[in-house]
Amino acid sequence: MTEALTIHAKGLSIGYKEETVVSDINFDLAEGQSLALIGTNGSGKSTLLKTLVGLLPILQGELKVLGNTPVQSARQVAYLSQFHASSFILPLCAVDVVRMGRYAEHGLMGKLTSADDDLIHKSMQRMGILKLADKPLRDLSGGQQQRVYIAQALARNAEILVLDEPTSGLDAGAREIYQQAVADELARGACVVVATHDIQEAMDCSLTMLLARKVIAIGRGAEVITPAALLETFGITINLAQQPLGVTVVERDHCCDHPDER
Amino acid sequence: MSILIQPFLANSFLLRALIAGMLVSISCGVVGTFIVLRGLAFIGDALAHGVLPGIAVAILLGVPGIVGAAVSAVVMIGGISFITNKSRLSSDTAIGLLFVGMLALGVVIVSRSTTFSGDLVRILFGEILGINTQSIILQAVATVVIITITIVGARPFLLLCFSPEQAQVSGFSARFYHNLMLAMIALAVIISFQTVGTMLVFGMLLAPAGAAALLAKRMKTMMIYASLIGMVSVYSGLLISYYFNLAAGSAIVLVAVVIFFAVMLIKNLQAASLRKGALSHD
Repeated sequence: MTEALTIHAKGLSIGYKEETVVSDINFDLAEGQSLALIGTNGSGKSTLLKTLVGLLPILQGELKVLGNTPVQSARQVAYLSQFHASSFILPLCAVDVVRMGRYAEHGLMGKLTSADDDLIHKSMQRMGILKLADKPLRDLSGGQQQRVYIAQALARNAEILVLDEPTSGLDAGAREIYQQAVADELARGACVVVATHDIQEAMDCSLTMLLARKVIAIGRGAEVITPAALLETFGITINLAQQPLGVTVVERDHCCDHPDER
Repeated sequence: MSILIQPFLANSFLLRALIAGMLVSISCGVVGTFIVLRGLAFIGDALAHGVLPGIAVAILLGVPGIVGAAVSAVVMIGGISFITNKSRLSSDTAIGLLFVGMLALGVVIVSRSTTFSGDLVRILFGEILGINTQSIILQAVATVVIITITIVGARPFLLLCFSPEQAQVSGFSARFYHNLMLAMIALAVIISFQTVGTMLVFGMLLAPAGAAALLAKRMKTMMIYASLIGMVSVYSGLLISYYFNLAAGSAIVLVAVVIFFAVMLIKNLQAASLRKGALSHD
């Protein structure tokens, strides 16, 4: 493999101890490139993202992240998970959550510097949540909380951003803010892998992978997002020509949902 | 004013009880915060009751009860990890199985002894008024250990409360810090059982931290509030026990539970008043 590649997957099988969810995944991502994963619940999107950040083991094949195993590179990767602990009880303010994004860099006892404070401030500014900094997390709406979580991922200042349905719960304005933030990350050379139900967002990425417990298609969005591929992926007919920008596929539960992906 | 201080100055056993209770308040306040935030109440309850057989065996063998409690706690945590790792059962089921198994074993051991009835009451409800200096020193050491681990591991513990996955991807082993958290809960239970007993230590773990969760905006302040609420409960409970001749351990836990409900009521009234204000503005 080439060292310049940020992510390299060859013949990769992903899943859980007793069950392979998707096999034979092949793709390469270089600096400044993005990959969108689209598919129904249980199609393997979150499983692939968790494998990329080292939360799940590689079942078969090869996966290199920044030239190392996902576990070895975990600290250089920002991960936004789909679910969070009970935010209604956690006594945390928004800024505390964003600050956690700097812990990977400094470990157990390393002191946060003014450079870290700048990063935290800028990340919150980019997501338009500076005014919410000292608000308790539990007092924020779902969309505001999601912006805080995205700001946390941005504060990692990571070489790779792995985002699981980052736009869920975001209103139109917040989606714009998020898209600008992703564009800025790509412009500075970071690599973004995102699981999404927004077909337009997938179209904007360098690569799109359609998943339905197997790789239906992978390539440039305009080439692989076809009515036939969407039918195979989602089991419904979507006429792309009649859709305005920002098509969001409404979830239809997949027949083979994995309980761990819920 | 003297009626609030005089009993502690006039009775050294009551002063020792107050010091022991304050130490229990700090350790339970810190550890209870983790229990409340991570939803570990069931394992806390199970540990509090599951140490019974170890204490019973230790007393039968003439060994300090604290040693038996420690052995039981290790068996409990190890057993829970073993069942969850080796089967598809949830940790709740594993905790429940160990909980009833250890409790039943404890009762069986106690029932085989003819001279155990007094000791059983002491184990279950504590003997705060009979606490000795050696126990207080042991409690102080354990409290310092708990505080030190909490300060050193503040970041991974905070991440763990937020999301175990985030802790893992930030370079902290979620499993290690989870087990460390369980060990701290076990330590708090072990050092507190002499003071408030295995039945009531759970109340000191849960009630002050529960009330603090309703008041605090940050985890550190939640731990401080929980410890302070525990201290107020200990002080008030001992005074009530002294003047009304009631069981001290139970009085302390009862005060803590009453404080929890009072805080909850006040917070609910505040929220209702804010909603009413907002509606009248509309």
